[in-house]
Amino acid sequence: MDYVKLINCMRCGMCLPTCPTYRETFLETASPRGRVALMRKIQEGELDQSEQLLEYLSLCLDCQACATACPCGVNAGELVAEFTCERKAGNRLGMMEDLVLRKLLPHPDRLETAMVPMRLYQRLGLQKLVRTLGVLKMFPKPLGRMEGLLPDLPDQPLRRVIQEDMPGRGEARGTIGFFLGCVMSLIFSEASRASMDLLTALGYRVVTPKNQVCCGAPHMLSGDKAGLKEAARKNVDIFGGLDLDFIVTDCGGCGAELKKYGLHLGDDSSIAFSSKVRDISQVLALHKDELKALLKPVSLKATFHDSCHIAHSQGIRREPRDLVRLIPGLEFVEMENADACCGSAGTYNIGKPEMADLILNRKLEAIRATGADVVVTGNPGCLLQLKKGLADHLPRVKTLHLTELLARSMDA
Amino acid sequence: MGAPGLFRGIGGIRGTMNPLFIKELEAIVGRPHTLSDRESLAVYGYDATPELESRPGAVLLPGTAGEIIRIMELCHGAGVSVTPRGSGTNLSGGAISGSEGVVVQTSRLNRIIEIDEENLTATVEPGVITSTLHTAVEERGLFYPPDPGSMNISTMGGNVAENSGGLRGLKYGVTADYVMGLDTVLADGSLLHTGGKVVKDVAGYCLNPLLVSSEGTLGFFTAITVKLIPKPQTKTTMLAHFPKMRQAALAVSAVIAAKIIPATLEFLDKVTIKCVEDYAHVGLPLDVEAVLLIEVDGHPVVVEEEAAGVEIICKQHGCSFFQTARDAGESLRLATARRTALSALARLRPTTILEDATVPRSRLADMLKVIQDAAQKYRVTIGTFGHAGDGNLHPTCLTDERDKDEIARAHMAFDEIFDAAIAMGGTITGEHGVGLAKKKYLPRLVGESGIRVMRGIKQAFDPKGILNPGKIF
Repeated sequence: MDYVKLINCMRCGMCLPTCPTYRETFLETASPRGRVALMRKIQEGELDQSEQLLEYLSLCLDCQACATACPCGVNAGELVAEFTCERKAGNRLGMMEDLVLRKLLPHPDRLETAMVPMRLYQRLGLQKLVRTLGVLKMFPKPLGRMEGLLPDLPDQPLRRVIQEDMPGRGEARGTIGFFLGCVMSLIFSEASRASMDLLTALGYRVVTPKNQVCCGAPHMLSGDKAGLKEAARKNVDIFGGLDLDFIVTDCGGCGAELKKYGLHLGDDSSIAFSSKVRDISQVLALHKDELKALLKPVSLKATFHDSCHIAHSQGIRREPRDLVRLIPGLEFVEMENADACCGSAGTYNIGKPEMADLILNRKLEAIRATGADVVVTGNPGCLLQLKKGLADHLPRVKTLHLTELLARSMDA
Repeated sequence: MGAPGLFRGIGGIRGTMNPLFIKELEAIVGRPHTLSDRESLAVYGYDATPELESRPGAVLLPGTAGEIIRIMELCHGAGVSVTPRGSGTNLSGGAISGSEGVVVQTSRLNRIIEIDEENLTATVEPGVITSTLHTAVEERGLFYPPDPGSMNISTMGGNVAENSGGLRGLKYGVTADYVMGLDTVLADGSLLHTGGKVVKDVAGYCLNPLLVSSEGTLGFFTAITVKLIPKPQTKTTMLAHFPKMRQAALAVSAVIAAKIIPATLEFLDKVTIKCVEDYAHVGLPLDVEAVLLIEVDGHPVVVEEEAAGVEIICKQHGCSFFQTARDAGESLRLATARRTALSALARLRPTTILEDATVPRSRLADMLKVIQDAAQKYRVTIGTFGHAGDGNLHPTCLTDERDKDEIARAHMAFDEIFDAAIAMGGTITGEHGVGLAKKKYLPRLVGESGIRVMRGIKQAFDPKGILNPGKIF
């Protein structure tokens, strides 16, 4: 890691109030400023990579709220992720990591097949049985967490059934390459279908190459930078062969990663790829008038949760709100700290459940205070986390992806 | 107990405090709130002051005032020093402790105890965040004006201990002008109650002002009662560009002389303007030497009249561009340049030394000349922005701590700047405090008798010298 990135931190403390883990603990070691200092002190030889130190760093959600707040442009979340990557470089992957990162994620077919038992598990009523009997208590905790987060799965992953080339309707606006995130395809296929509907309704031709692979964000999270680069290369080559105006995704996490391909790979084709990447809200917001004409009244009170990967990593805040506000009859109300992490943060809610729950509870409280019927967001990790949290504590409130809400209004 | 060694590298890697003593501390605040692992000690070795660092012996996060009393009793008995800390945003090294002492962080004491609308006071615990208090009182149509730059994370305890200022100082004053009552734990653990909710109180020495800006050396605040005022009904924001710094300085003096007291009267100098424009592209012309951001607030009729007055005066003094915001969105846009000043400067180089030399407002232009000359003489980059209305400047040196020669030159430049501030009847620090960083300048300002009196006061409050030792003098 470049030492100058660490000494750029002037220790002003502006990041502290925005850091979810500092807010819960008040501990300097759990703050962005503290994390940067710890990494700096390793480089300076003042501290070594003790278990205690790694444990402190592992509490970081990489939500990057600190980067938004930092006056000097330090991104503590990203630096911790980079540190983890560097530390693990050359290490062999663990068995589970190897299975998921190398054997499953780069191969959508295998990944989808791996999900079949989960779907059967739900269809055959086993899930209800397991939940009623509390069988999961006998298994390791993370497994129980994962099971609890899983909503009802679609019959088929979207990638399997989607038309690879969808023509636009009405006036032609251009061609979009659709990046279909793994979780969106496997779990929130309704939302991605809605995204494509909206784009075609606005006149875009939507091309969804079926051989695209996982964006690589899970690799980065696990410190597997080689796996990330491999995934990036494949996707750049696949989309690079098409004549596209934009590459669009409705997954905040994927979008943030795709926008960094240029940095990761550094060649012209990947820089060109990244420059075309847009979050779905960015493209829809280009056509507010046309979209407004398509929307019908929906009587709902809605609030918006900023996904960290959209608000902090990509700096997108206004577009999704503008879009929600387009819907006639809908009452929009801001929640407090809408851009504070919900505690999902990739697999954080599975690895660090206690902290994730504290952070989730704060988010649920903010949602409750708005009196909204529905929480709208733009990232599948947040959807999973909020769905679970709301089902347990505030079942009256529903969760929707931004494009699901817009499509409902379009089809109302 | 002498001043602890405070520079990086002094003090061992492992905590050196007696483990048995740490056990006793743990018995008071509980295990999760007692930190003594070397990683924690390492990151509690700094605050927001560049270059200063020293590891404490232990860090405590008490949850009640009672625990603070017991900590003080224990440490007093054992002769162990105690350094209070809020969020660690101090800019003069005031929250840094030597390895023989404990740092006591107040963050868990974060209750707003009471907002008294009849007496117009708020009583808070020391760990309450300044902006949290702002929000709470403004919901009731009340106003707590002090707004230091770090208000989103700074604690009320720290604000009182440092007598924090902020952008609204010109019209509304600083923290000291709002503190009415304090509960203070003294060095031996005894409790001192000063002031209260009464506006008039002449019973004995007036101790509140002494405790405000005591930088943690006289006592540990456990409850703070501040004065509130009605929230101004409206405000108007204006932006003015001046081709010459002296024109801007004269305009500032003329506005005040016209008996208009803006709530905010901020300026940016040429170096800062260039940095802001490079970074934020807000449309500032690069050929102007000064930009003023002016806000007037109060009754709508008065605001309108004062805004018109400000415009006339700025134009009379040669401003090349003047704009009045029509709505809140435009206000925010006009204020962008000032709000991004520190960010824009801090991004240029790794190390940012932010100072707060202060002069009578009539000497503003002279002081800016001194800063520019010093920067040129010592070949360092200094951007200056700050509170033109109250003469409180933030000359900000952009440097790199790895370049020892440049750092030395930066300090020589600041030496001259502080000497000039003193010569102009100003001060070495307007709002950051003396702490460790300005210790060597204090005798030049207050003289031998000043130091003697301060030492006497310290002796009366803390004869064993265990409260934040080594700070101020």
